[in-house]
Amino acid sequence: MRWMMLALALPMAAQNWVTFSGNTLGHRHSPLRQLTKTNAAAMKPVWVYQIDKTDKFEASPVVVDGVMYVSEPPSDVTALETRSGRVLWKYRRVLPDDVRFCCGKVNRGVAVLGDKVYLGTLDAHLVALDAATGNVVWDVEVAPRKSGYSVTVAPLVVKDKVIVGIAGGEFGIRGFLDAYDAKTGKRAWRFWTVPAAGEKGTETWKGESYKHGSGGTWVTGTYDPGLNLIYWGTGNPGPDWNGESRTGDNLYSDSVIAVDADTGKLKWYFQFTPHDVHDWDATQVPVLVDLPWQGTMRKLLLFANRNAFYYVLDRATGEYLLGKQYVRQTWAQKELDPKGRPIRIVNTEPTEQGTLVYPNSAGATNFYAPSYSPVTKLLYVNTRDEGGVFYSRRDDYKEGSWFLAGRFISKPGEEARGAVKALDPATGVPKWEFPMFSPSWSGVLSTAGGLVFVGAHEGDFFALDDTTGKLLWRFPTGGRIFANPVSYLSDGKQQVAIAAGHAVFAFGLEGER
Amino acid sequence: MKIWMAGVVMTLGVAWAQDVERNYQLHCAFCHGRGDDGFAANLKSPRLPHAPSDAALFQIIQNGIPGTDMPPSIGLSEQEIRGLVQYVRALGRMAPERVVGNARHGEELFWGKGTCGGCHMAGGRGGRQGPDLSEVGAKRSPANLRQSLVEPEASIAGGFVLVNLTTRAGKKITGVRLNENTFSIQVRDLSDKIQSWRKSDLKEVKRELGKSTMPSYKSLSGPELDDLVAYLYSLRGGL
Repeated sequence: MRWMMLALALPMAAQNWVTFSGNTLGHRHSPLRQLTKTNAAAMKPVWVYQIDKTDKFEASPVVVDGVMYVSEPPSDVTALETRSGRVLWKYRRVLPDDVRFCCGKVNRGVAVLGDKVYLGTLDAHLVALDAATGNVVWDVEVAPRKSGYSVTVAPLVVKDKVIVGIAGGEFGIRGFLDAYDAKTGKRAWRFWTVPAAGEKGTETWKGESYKHGSGGTWVTGTYDPGLNLIYWGTGNPGPDWNGESRTGDNLYSDSVIAVDADTGKLKWYFQFTPHDVHDWDATQVPVLVDLPWQGTMRKLLLFANRNAFYYVLDRATGEYLLGKQYVRQTWAQKELDPKGRPIRIVNTEPTEQGTLVYPNSAGATNFYAPSYSPVTKLLYVNTRDEGGVFYSRRDDYKEGSWFLAGRFISKPGEEARGAVKALDPATGVPKWEFPMFSPSWSGVLSTAGGLVFVGAHEGDFFALDDTTGKLLWRFPTGGRIFANPVSYLSDGKQQVAIAAGHAVFAFGLEGER
Repeated sequence: MKIWMAGVVMTLGVAWAQDVERNYQLHCAFCHGRGDDGFAANLKSPRLPHAPSDAALFQIIQNGIPGTDMPPSIGLSEQEIRGLVQYVRALGRMAPERVVGNARHGEELFWGKGTCGGCHMAGGRGGRQGPDLSEVGAKRSPANLRQSLVEPEASIAGGFVLVNLTTRAGKKITGVRLNENTFSIQVRDLSDKIQSWRKSDLKEVKRELGKSTMPSYKSLSGPELDDLVAYLYSLRGGL
């Protein structure tokens, strides 16, 4: 019964993995301590759940009271018993055959509130399912799929609302962030990430280019209950690789926006890459921490960006506090200007002949999540070191068609590398690095037991010592990893789960009893 | 103008070829690049594994490949898809060229004086140290083949990486990399044995990107080189 007592001693949030990042602050940190530096080497698979598709599996599961809700490509959900991996129910969505998607039929997860599970779909709907049965409670259209809109993001529950972002930046959509009433599905507010005619910000777009300015919101943001603000990263301006038709800063692309959770009104924004021409979406998870800053406790927002700079902002005001290069880059001067604006190096924009730039479009990091440990006070980021040759061309906008105006290739003759870096939040300087043979698309999880979990591109899922980066355990899953790890209690025992290849793997110290 | 582009123009006519080129750039180049430099499947190949026939290629362009990132086409007419089929086929098609050498004598050189067969396979026999050359004539031009014989490191086959390993005990191993990840590496050593090492047991992994163990054949006479090129160019594996 000891495990039961332990479980009862923990708050429900610790037993469960209630939201995309584990908490609304974007920490992807488990307070569980059963798995430790001492016993991690004894971890074994507890169960494996195979999906019946071969699309990329990017889901970050949500776990509530012994039930794991995992989205599967393209827009399906399965509820699993964490004790055994057995299926409790499945929701299978029949998609129309004219959905537009950029980079695979993917979905990054669900949200759960009370008796409902929320799923965004590739045909750009938001669906509420009965958490006990998988039956549809309501189903609303978020945006017209024929214009290139889709939903791949895991929704975020904030109080009585479901916050959902949009994908379609490669089809010239006009991006937005939406909030829906969790009970009814009625839209409560919408914040457009690209302003409309006459609104502030259109002056940052040439002519009417704002109409197809992209600015997707396809990675789950975070929420500070104290400030009642939602923080969300925005995607690249469209078209991706040729900015001639959209000269200007192109607000609010490649930014983090802070919006009021009740009204959707913009409180502040910070743009990381003005007038981006390299496809460096700022669709990373904004991490919210309270730490001393130059002697005073402040509410901070940490952001390891795809453009190779790490940022610290004051999350109450948006004030820029720090910018530090954390991965090789050749497009901007090493130091940002006093307001955090990058100082571009000339002749680094895409051309017809091709321009070599670090990083490539995949960036210094990407959609997969970082982790912040309140124990070590380190930010763990999975990074990529890969150059690219960027080409531009002219594309005219046509509804529902590709709107890229260029492309990129990885630098020929070079092998890209990856590394997990443990950044000091105050400086952006890594305390340690764990090098990887190739850049990986796995998120990072830290635990109070002193472990950092991450996946390698070739399929190894492994645990590192959170203070030294030393390898403590690994398991070859045999499948490529594009997902984020999570941790929770099942029958009072800590499990760590990751989607790898075309399966969910749950690990722990013992199998089913 | 590149040979494959010339082929498209000859086949389709200038105006249509421009439309097809535009469609390729808009719908295909994001992932496939110019055919062989993107992050998706190499289309500059005489054999496309998923598309043995034009009908199969049409079906793939129209419907995508389920379970992969290859999406169905959106907004393309059947005529436009047929244009892309021809365009993609032309990417992988080498325009036939006349060669001056004697292929039969080149074959003798390959297996004899040149000792090429010690490292390369052709038609199911030969060594495994270098790339299999059974279809090389369908993939490379005579000029390219000649350059590779005289200057082997001018163009290294994709995925071919020479590695030098040093174990913690000080043993040195040279070979061709078969596979590698963060934790281990597998090589075919110079004695043709497959070795697999945990990186924790290695002191150093040195990757010789762009390097080759193949010797230069510039010492061969001009006619001998012609003959060897003619033989290699005749290796088409039924393509």
